[in-house]
Amino acid sequence: MDGGLVLLGGGSGGNGGGGGSSGVSTTESAVLSKVEVVSEACSYPAETELELGLGLSLGSGGSSTGKTKAANSSWGECGRILTAKDFPSVVSQRTNNGGPSSVAVSGTKRAAESVSHDSGSPTGVSQVVGWPPIRAYRMNSLVNQAKAQRGDEGDSGIGEKDKPKDALKKKLNYNGKQTSSATVNEKGYLGFVKVNMDGIPIGRKVDLNAHSSYESLAQALEDMFLRSANSLEKEPLTMASKLLDGSSEFVLTYEDKEGDWMLVGDVPWRMFVRSVRRLRIMRTSEANGLAPRFNESNDRQRSKPI
Amino acid sequence: MQKKMECSLPDEVLEHVFSFIRSDKDRNAASVVCKSWYEIERWCRRRLFIGNCYAVSPRMVIRRFPEVRSIELKGKPHFADYNWVPDGWGGYVLPWIVEMVGAYPWLEEIRLKRMVVTDECLELIAKSFKNFKVLVLFSCEGFSTDGLAAIAASCKNLRELDLQESDVDDLGGHWLSHFPETYTSLVSLNISCLGSDEVSLSALERLVGRCTNLRTLRLNRAVPLDKIAYILRRAPQLVDFGTGTYSADLQTDVFSSLAGAFYSCKELRSLSGFWDVVPAYLPAIYPVCSRLTSLNLSYAAIQSPDLIKLLRHCPSLQRLLVLDYIEDSGLEALSSSCMDLQELRVFPSDPFGVERNVSLTEQGLVSVCLACPKLQSVLYFCRQMSNAALVTIAQNRPNLTRFRLCIMEPRTADYLTLEPLDVGFGAIVEHCKDLRRLSLSGLLTDRVFEYIGRYAKKLEMLSVAFAGESDLGLHYVLSGCESLRKLEVRDSPFGDKALLANSAKLETMRSLWMSSCSVSFGTCKLLGQKMPRLNVEVIDESGPPDSRPDICPVDKLYIYRSVAGPRFDMPPFVWTMDEDYALRDS
Repeated sequence: MDGGLVLLGGGSGGNGGGGGSSGVSTTESAVLSKVEVVSEACSYPAETELELGLGLSLGSGGSSTGKTKAANSSWGECGRILTAKDFPSVVSQRTNNGGPSSVAVSGTKRAAESVSHDSGSPTGVSQVVGWPPIRAYRMNSLVNQAKAQRGDEGDSGIGEKDKPKDALKKKLNYNGKQTSSATVNEKGYLGFVKVNMDGIPIGRKVDLNAHSSYESLAQALEDMFLRSANSLEKEPLTMASKLLDGSSEFVLTYEDKEGDWMLVGDVPWRMFVRSVRRLRIMRTSEANGLAPRFNESNDRQRSKPI
Repeated sequence: MQKKMECSLPDEVLEHVFSFIRSDKDRNAASVVCKSWYEIERWCRRRLFIGNCYAVSPRMVIRRFPEVRSIELKGKPHFADYNWVPDGWGGYVLPWIVEMVGAYPWLEEIRLKRMVVTDECLELIAKSFKNFKVLVLFSCEGFSTDGLAAIAASCKNLRELDLQESDVDDLGGHWLSHFPETYTSLVSLNISCLGSDEVSLSALERLVGRCTNLRTLRLNRAVPLDKIAYILRRAPQLVDFGTGTYSADLQTDVFSSLAGAFYSCKELRSLSGFWDVVPAYLPAIYPVCSRLTSLNLSYAAIQSPDLIKLLRHCPSLQRLLVLDYIEDSGLEALSSSCMDLQELRVFPSDPFGVERNVSLTEQGLVSVCLACPKLQSVLYFCRQMSNAALVTIAQNRPNLTRFRLCIMEPRTADYLTLEPLDVGFGAIVEHCKDLRRLSLSGLLTDRVFEYIGRYAKKLEMLSVAFAGESDLGLHYVLSGCESLRKLEVRDSPFGDKALLANSAKLETMRSLWMSSCSVSFGTCKLLGQKMPRLNVEVIDESGPPDSRPDICPVDKLYIYRSVAGPRFDMPPFVWTMDEDYALRDS
C-alpha cells in the first residue's frame, strides 16, 4: 500500500492493520533492549512482585511513598501525564482558585501525539477534550436545538460576533450576557458526526472539533476507513489520492441541514462545520450530479471563501 | 447424612420452588449447592443478565441455559456514552442474535445497552422469534428505521419498543405504518431519539388509537405541539408520556385543547420531552402535576421563575431531571414543594462556556439535601463546591445511594478554603453507608481514595477524573472497596504498581477502564500474560503500542474478566494482551 495512506506515529510504512511482519522483529528487539536498560532506573515491577501482590497489600517497601517522582524520571523519554505542577505559571482567572497547589489547570488537549510521543508543551487549547462528561445523546440534542435556532439565520458566513441577538446565545446564556463563549460553545457542541462509507456496513463517527481544515478531516477519514477496511478484509481500497481532489475512487460528501447532499470542500470550513449533518464516503461513480460542483439546484447565497 | 440428602424433593417441585427465585444472585447461589440443583436451575432459568457481552460467549451461555426467554446484554464501557471510547471499538450484538435464533426460538425479550445493532440484527429478530415481545435498545447504534420497519411488520406480539437515547439512522417516519392494522398489543413505545423531521403522524395516531393497552408513549421532536392533544385524547390511559417539540405560537384554542387533553389523562405519572419549550404552554400540564412522580425537563430551557411555579404544583414528585436554569432559587423552591423527592439530576445548560451563565452553586444541592428526607440519587453539575457543603450533605443524607458530582472545571478546589475536596467526599463515603455509585470531581489528592477504600464498602461503581497524585490512590480503592464492580478512571496519575499489586482484585470486578493515566505498556503485557481470565485491551489510535518502549504509558486501557478468552472482533486500534501477544503477527 502506498500513496495516501499515512500512519500516525508509527512510521514504518507497514499496512494499516498494525505493522507489517517485517517490521516487527526489529522493533521488538529494540524495545527489549530498551526495557533492559531502564528496568533498573524505573520501578518496573519484576515478576516476583506480581506474585507477592496477589493477596498482599502494597504496604511497605517505600515504593508506596515514592509517588510519581521515580516514575516520572523514567517517563521522560516518552512523555507523561502533565499535571498542575507542570504549569506553575498558569494561573486560573477564576476567583475560586488560589495558591499553587490548587491552580486549576484549564486542561491540556490530550491528543495522543502531543503527550506520548514528545513530552512537549501542551497545545494550549483552553478546553479539555471530552469534558465535562455529557452524554453524546444530550450534546446532540443541544446541538440540534442550537442549530434549529440558528437555522434561518442564514449561511451568510458572518461570524458569531456579528449577531448579538443570536437566539443561540439567548438560550445558552440565559442572563443575556454577551460572552465570548459563543464560539467556544459552538466548538464544544458540534462534536461528532456520523460517517458512512460505501461498502462498509458499520458507520463511524468523527469529531469535527478535532479538525480545523478539510485536509485534516480527510486525513482522519482516510486513516479511519482505510485501516478498518483492511482489518475487515474488504477488497483492498486504493485511496491512492486524497478524497478531496477527486482523483481517488471515492469522494467525500456530506448532508447539510437542509437534507441536500453536497461534495465536501466547496465552502469555507466554518460554514461547512455549521451546516453539516453527516458524512458519506461515496464511490466516485455514484457521485455524479451532486449539487455543489455544479450548483444547479441551490440558489442559496454562497459567500466567497474567507 | 448421605442417605438423608438423597431423599430430596422431586425435580418438578424444586423447579417450582426455583421459579420464585427471581434475582440472579440468588439463582446463582442455588445453582452451586449441588449438582442436581445446578442442573434443575439451569433448565428453568428464563431470564439472563450479562453485564459485559465479552465476558462470556453466546455458545457458553446457550450450553448452560437452554430455555431462556429474556436476555439483557451490555456492550461498550460506560465512558463510551461521552464519546471517550473510539468509534468502532466493538459491542456487536449480531453474533448473539445469530446463536439465539437457533437456540431460543421462543425468546421474548431482548434488552441491549451500548451495543452495535444493525438492521440485519433487527430483521433476524423480526423473522425468527415468533413470540417476541420486548425490544429495548438503550444507547445503541448502527441501525436505521428500516430495521424498525421489519420489527413493526413481523412482531405480532410486540409489547415494548424502547429506543432510549439510541443513535438511529432515521430515514423517515414511514416505518410506523408497517405495524399492521390488526396489531394492537403495544404497551410501551419510546421513539424520542429519532432525529428526522418527519414522522408519519397519521400512522402514529392510528397506532395509538388502536393500542388500548398503551401505557408509555415518548414521542420525538418531530411531533408538533398541536398534535399532542389529539394523541392524548386517544390514549387517556397513558401513565408515561413524552412530548415532542413543546413549542408553538401561543393560541388560546390550542392551549385549552392541550390542557383539556392533559386533564383527561388521569393515570399520567411521568412526563418528559419538552424540547424547545415555550413557557407559556407549560401551565397546560398543571392538571396532571399533582399526580406526577417523574418529570424530565432536562431538554427544556425553562427559566427559574417558571420552574418554581411549575414545581409548586408537583407535591408528589419523586424524580426530577432539569437544567441548571433552575438555579439555587429554584432548588430552594423544590426543596419546599417536593418532600417525596428521591432522585435529582441537574444538567448544565452551557457546559463549555467559560463564564457562569446561571446562578447555580453548591447551595442549591445543599438545600435539597437538607429538606428532602427520601433523596437517594444525585447527579449534579456545577462550578463550585466546598468541603463544608459536602459534609453537610453527607451528615444529613446518609441514605444516599448514588452521588455523582461534576464540578465542571477539572481540579477545582474548595472555593472557600482553597483546599482539596478530600474531606468532603470522605464524609460522603463515611456517612452514606449504602452508597453504591460515586463520581468524583474537583481537586483531589490520594487522601480521598484512602477514605473511599476505608469506608465505601458497598460501593459498586466509581468514576474518577483528574484526581489523585500517585499509585497509592488506585491502590486504596482496589484493596479497600470490597463491592467494587466497575472502576473508570481518566487523566489521573495511576500506574503500574497499584495495578500489579491488586491484579487479583480485577478478576472480582466486571471491568476497569483507564485512559490518559500512567499505566505502561509493559505492565499491560505482563497483566495479560499472567492473568488468563482477564482480557487486557490496549486502545491506541495513534499506532501499535509496541512501536514505542515498554515503559511508555498506554493511551487507553480496558480490562475485564472473561471466561470466553480474547475477542476477535477488535478494530485495528485495539490490542489484546495475552500470552500470544508478542508472538502473534498483529
